[in-house]
Amino acid sequence: MTGADLVFGLLGVLCAAAGVAVVTSRNVIHAALWLVVCFGALAGCYLVLTAEFLAWVQVLIYIGAVVVLMLFGAMLTRAPIGSHADLDSGNRPLAALAGVATAGVLGTLVVSAFKGAYVDVHHTEIGDGHATGAAVFRFFVLPFEVASVLLLAALVGAIVLTRPAAADASDRATAADVAESR
Amino acid sequence: MHLSLALVLSALLFGLGVYGVLARRNAVALLMAVELMLNAANLDLVAFDAWFKDALHGGQVFALFVVVIAAAEVGVGLAIVLTVFRLRDTVAVDALTQLADRDPRQAVDSTS
Repeated sequence: MTGADLVFGLLGVLCAAAGVAVVTSRNVIHAALWLVVCFGALAGCYLVLTAEFLAWVQVLIYIGAVVVLMLFGAMLTRAPIGSHADLDSGNRPLAALAGVATAGVLGTLVVSAFKGAYVDVHHTEIGDGHATGAAVFRFFVLPFEVASVLLLAALVGAIVLTRPAAADASDRATAADVAESR
Repeated sequence: MHLSLALVLSALLFGLGVYGVLARRNAVALLMAVELMLNAANLDLVAFDAWFKDALHGGQVFALFVVVIAAAEVGVGLAIVLTVFRLRDTVAVDALTQLADRDPRQAVDSTS
């Protein structure tokens, strides 16, 4: 067992425990905060696996943006602040069965398929900004541009979906006009 | 380090995500479980990238694209959740049964 194994194991235990807390917490806000711990530990795992740039992207995008967005969503939908029993639906046993079955099948499959596979993290090119940037802009330029268009489309779509009632009000006004004119 | 460590952690995270998606009732908590599953896939991509010593860094770049798509997904998903909340005053996914395939005589009272 090497140092990388040890660090990855500890971070993995932290990540899995935080993941359990995310899906079992009775409080939406607590679940979002446990998500921060889970993603932070996962960023550490990426660092051990030599994906340096991706680790910082994980911290910036997931912890910095996605979790904040989740917190905004929880507050805007007036999620019950404080523990609430009906955060889970009635099919928890079935869901637990499905989750354990998925993890069990996947885990035994990959463990038996890659038994003894060893990642030589000391002789791998570090995926820092230079290496990842070169890979993106040399070999993955088209997907990169498509991703930017996708983000723009998602941005416009989100704005259109959540636009406040101005459009609704004008619709209602015209409907009322039609009703009046009848 | 052993590759199986990363793969087992990824399988665990994916199983947790499946459990969360099926068991959660609040739509925002459900989106969090979806994020867990996407991160499980990312961890696999990064682990295999390091294992193959990929000269193109394909795994890491794909993981980057997954992060981009996850950001777009969560933005649009939360927009839909907010719209549902505005229309129905609830984000409990098992209360949103209007599109369910069920007996029409029972479905009448669930329409707004």
